[in-house]
Amino acid sequence: MRETPAGPLVYAGLVVISALVLLPLGWTVLASLTPEAQIARFPPRVLPEDITFEHYREIRRQLPLARQFLNTLIFAGGVTLLSLLFDSMAAYALARLDFPGKRVVFGLVLALLMIPPQVTLVPLYEIMSGLDWINTYHGLILPRAASAFGIFFLRQFFLTIPRDLDDAARIDGASHLRIYARIVVPISAPAVLTLGLFHFMYNWNDLLWPLVFTTDPSMHTLPAGLALFMGKHVVQYGLLMAGAVLTLLPVVLAFVLVQRRFVEGIATTGIR
Amino acid sequence: MTSRPGRRGRASRTLTAYAFLAPSLAVIGLFTVWPLILAAGSSVRAARPGSGEWVGADNYVAVLNSEEFRNALGNTAVYVVLATPVTVACALGLALLLNRKLAGRTFFRAAVFVPAVVSLGVTAISWRFLLSPEIGLVTHWLHRLGIPAGNGIRDPDLGLAYLAVVHVWRNVGFYAVMYLAGLNTIPRTYYESAHLDGANAWQRFRHITWPLLGNTTAFVSILAVVTAVQAFDHVFVMTGGGPYSSTETLVYLLYRKGFEDLEFGYAATLGWIVLLMVFALSLAQNLYFSRRVVGY
Repeated sequence: MRETPAGPLVYAGLVVISALVLLPLGWTVLASLTPEAQIARFPPRVLPEDITFEHYREIRRQLPLARQFLNTLIFAGGVTLLSLLFDSMAAYALARLDFPGKRVVFGLVLALLMIPPQVTLVPLYEIMSGLDWINTYHGLILPRAASAFGIFFLRQFFLTIPRDLDDAARIDGASHLRIYARIVVPISAPAVLTLGLFHFMYNWNDLLWPLVFTTDPSMHTLPAGLALFMGKHVVQYGLLMAGAVLTLLPVVLAFVLVQRRFVEGIATTGIR
Repeated sequence: MTSRPGRRGRASRTLTAYAFLAPSLAVIGLFTVWPLILAAGSSVRAARPGSGEWVGADNYVAVLNSEEFRNALGNTAVYVVLATPVTVACALGLALLLNRKLAGRTFFRAAVFVPAVVSLGVTAISWRFLLSPEIGLVTHWLHRLGIPAGNGIRDPDLGLAYLAVVHVWRNVGFYAVMYLAGLNTIPRTYYESAHLDGANAWQRFRHITWPLLGNTTAFVSILAVVTAVQAFDHVFVMTGGGPYSSTETLVYLLYRKGFEDLEFGYAATLGWIVLLMVFALSLAQNLYFSRRVVGY
């Protein structure tokens, strides 16, 4: 029912809603360019009288931003690549192979879907410090290298692919590894990409996980680094906002580039 | 004797299947299931290091009776009740607005979706400032509009409400996109015939759109409740659970016990309580919605 043409009231409503939603982000950018004395004052004002780039120079002096950017990239990228590989392999087994224990494994995946990730945090921390994995990339990445959500999501998608294709390949003597790598995964490229975006954004933005498993500022990710920095410099808002802009910018740019695919990916593969 | 190759084929199929599953099962087993078992173990043992004797449900009773748990449970309940219905209703409203012939549809859709892709831990720093008393822009505007904004984010009576506002801001676009997907599955002919029968816009919504979106509403509501129960990032950044623990949620309490107070036994027990609660909530919602969903 995409028929009803929108009247002026609908447009007015959407403009107001969009402005309200974008307000905190727009304010972040403005505050990062405002001299400190003009940010915190009463009454507060939206627009600054002067513009300054001092906060950007200062935050780069105080925080190892380049290093933390790299950490975030390695963490989010590493989790995404490994998890896509492992999730899709498990999903292939659950969607295409019959084997004893299949119902148990699938039941486990469904149960794990509901577990709040924070519940395992404390015992996981003990395991990780026992392994001496705190402040390491593999410590950040490996525990997230497979996800119940990813397995479930891809299994649902693989089930929608007609089996004729792989049956034909079977008759030609192709192995399951070949069918998985050459037929099922390539055909599922849109779902795999959507899941990849999910994994990447979730881990890039995550706060609690890197907060717990890294203690050294040179191993922090951007959100964790900035949140901890805030604890020590709570009144220097211009500085914090400059850090926030630099942290948010890559994600917003990436989103602008892929937003069509991303939003439609959720719309088409999210439910039903 | 024909069963022989069959059995061998079956065995090799099983082997192949578990080879495909092995990496995921190893990761999940080692880093999710094993910690859960460890947590269960320490939740039924004495907390004193070295002793570790079996105490049964004592830790659970202690946590359930503790002032901190009751406070965090109450806060979480208030937060979920404030945040969930508003988020779901706004998401549906937004989807209905966006589901039309519209110039700039892509822009509006992207604009409301942006908060869902940026880091809540980082944007919460901006929100903390916007909602601070006196100098905060949003609290200032609320005062000007005659809405009692209290002492902003530092008001013990309003802290949870402000956190809920940030929750709505963060999630509404994401759920709106799910509702848009649901709206696209409703056959257009339903509306055409309703229109011919003289049904007005409200009647069309009430008798076609709402019932046929049942599946989406169920899915979105379950997701929304689970997300709200797990609230942490903006609590950590905006209030730290304060003032006077007035905004301390269950997951925040879990974090504080585990990583600040270093009471691992309490944290492990609380973890299992939260787990069982989320499980029960999802199950109850599933049952509730599965009886009401309309097929077509």
